[in-house]
Amino acid sequence: MPRITVNEAIAQAIAEEMRRDPAVLMFGEGVATKRGELVAEFGTARVRNTPLAEGIIAGTAAGAAASGLRPVVDLLFAPFLCFAMDEIVNSAGKLRYMSGGQFKFPMVVLAQSGAGWTVGAQHNHNLEAWFVHSPGLKVVMPSSPADFKGLLKAAIRDDNPVLFFMDLALGFQAGEVPAGEHVVPLGRAATLREGRDVTLVSYAKTVHHCVAAAEMLAGQGISAEVIDLRSLKPLDEAAILASVRRTGRIVVVHEASRLCGVGAEVAALVAEHAFDALKAPIRRLTGPDTPAPSSWPLEQAFVPQADAIAAAARELVGARVCA
Amino acid sequence: MHHSDQAPSPLALLETMMLIRAYEEALVGIAAGGNAPGTCTSVGQEAAAAGVVRALAPQDRILTNHRSAGHLLARGADPGRMIAEVLGKRTGYCKGKSGSLHISAAELGVVLTSTIVGGELSLAPGVALARTMTPGDDGIVATFFGDGAACEGVFHESLNLAVVWKLPILYVCENNEWQAFVHRRETMPMAHVRDWAAAHGLVAETVDGNDAEAVHAAAARLVARIRETGEPAFLETLTYRTRGHYEPDDQFYVDRAELAAWQARDPIELLAKRLRAAGRLDDARLAQIRARVAAVIDEAVAFANASPWPETAELFTDVYA
Ligand SMILES: Cc1ncc(C[n+]2csc(CCOP(=O)(O)OP(=O)(O)O)c2C)c(N)n1
Ligand SMILES: [Mg+2]
Repeated sequence: MPRITVNEAIAQAIAEEMRRDPAVLMFGEGVATKRGELVAEFGTARVRNTPLAEGIIAGTAAGAAASGLRPVVDLLFAPFLCFAMDEIVNSAGKLRYMSGGQFKFPMVVLAQSGAGWTVGAQHNHNLEAWFVHSPGLKVVMPSSPADFKGLLKAAIRDDNPVLFFMDLALGFQAGEVPAGEHVVPLGRAATLREGRDVTLVSYAKTVHHCVAAAEMLAGQGISAEVIDLRSLKPLDEAAILASVRRTGRIVVVHEASRLCGVGAEVAALVAEHAFDALKAPIRRLTGPDTPAPSSWPLEQAFVPQADAIAAAARELVGARVCA
Repeated sequence: MHHSDQAPSPLALLETMMLIRAYEEALVGIAAGGNAPGTCTSVGQEAAAAGVVRALAPQDRILTNHRSAGHLLARGADPGRMIAEVLGKRTGYCKGKSGSLHISAAELGVVLTSTIVGGELSLAPGVALARTMTPGDDGIVATFFGDGAACEGVFHESLNLAVVWKLPILYVCENNEWQAFVHRRETMPMAHVRDWAAAHGLVAETVDGNDAEAVHAAAARLVARIRETGEPAFLETLTYRTRGHYEPDDQFYVDRAELAAWQARDPIELLAKRLRAAGRLDDARLAQIRARVAAVIDEAVAFANASPWPETAELFTDVYA
């Protein structure tokens, strides 16, 4: 299998889908400037720079999607989505329903976020849960080059608006991606490692922290299962519940803040549907309820790290022993 | 639906306006009876809907806002299905999921109605872009909005994008002097939105928004220009909202003299008077039209009332494609 970076995986996915379907087009601030290879292959009508105006970029995507095109728009950094909330939430997310199903909105919104580049809180804000809470939208946040490629292709083919979040720290991370056509369905989690004693559930960069924690735990005789959610909406509830039923313990990990985050939903899901299987309380390890700091050590402290994840898992397993 | 290449007869414009008036007055009655939520009427502004919509061709698209009944009716929408939508009935254009403020009707080319003030402005460039990317499609997009929407940031974003991307959009601003409960003079430094549009580089005109024939002529000219150049244009209809923002609204905040002055320029009266003077309308003819319109609305109300509610399972459908 070829090894490519996340950024290369994204570029491949877009180019392949534009080749496959003439309705796919891409625009955003600097898109045509930065993606010269797309302009060269597909022309300036399908690869466009826009004015600095996130609201109209997202609104234009929604209008175009409702009219038969399949736009991919790059809104750069997740905090900039605040300028596009109305168009994404009120138009793309609701107008299918409000029109009684007369329109569909096949569009993808790209946005980066996360610690790793010390960009500070107005470029780094993991606000993916806002969109999970909005009807009519889908939300994806992958962790590996293969999933970036496969999920982005699936997102472009999906007939609904998809928020595609790209963890800033992962852009240059390389990994194996299957050659040829590679599409990963939305709404399906991946079990990266099987285990018996505890389930570690995460998405985006903290998936890698969970894998590292699982390796540490293995050295200490604790067998941890690692689940990468990949899609936050639809959420693969069955995969989460099945794993917890096997292990009886769960640690939910994400970089976004704890209150009303995706972890709260996962915890509630397990409490509602797998309470009988639990051998220990549900734990969440998340970013704090603060703006993301810039300073490197502070930014790293913001993110749940492998040590803390392993410690939380050990506590849960210990809880069984003490009980 | 109506072609732009032949001017509609003034009598047709008159009948369209009378239909809109009768429809909205019926809704006022239904709302007053407590059977529907308050609706936003366009009483006093019917000339914009009649004049502009009749200047469009069947392949053109319309985006509109909360005050949209006139645009839909002028496009040929079935008043029965519209009232059914207002009442939340299954037979409504949107299966009862829209209500009165955001009826869209893809089959009529009335797409993406938004009651987020400025929502239609944010969507219009994309609808127009899709048309420019479809070979052989010479359709244009007309988007209706108010003077209040022009105060939203997205108005400026929309016009700017339409200009730099050369999108075939007719921006139709119905300047009715009111932005809900705030008078236009409190929110804008000048009397006309046209100045803002012109600053963005669009061909931008104002027209007497209570003169249906003048509106039609201006719209037809701009539509032809857009079809020829592919570039956007802006038309501001200067008019007045003679009823409240929504129903019921006693308009306690409205200057009585200003209201009376505009009521004296009622667009229906204005055209009727002109047609009478030209010998093209008399009492008998007017009574005929009135009776025809009343029958259409009576039938529409009866249809809507008799229509079934949606099944509750409908709550969960049409969320995702
Ligand atoms: C984003 C947003 N803000 C506020 C409102 C509430 N609202 C509905 S209509 C309206 C006035 C709009 O004025 P204008 O654009 O001039 O249209 P008009 O009602 O006069 O036709 C307001 C404030 C809304 N629907 N959406
Ligand atoms: Mg107004």
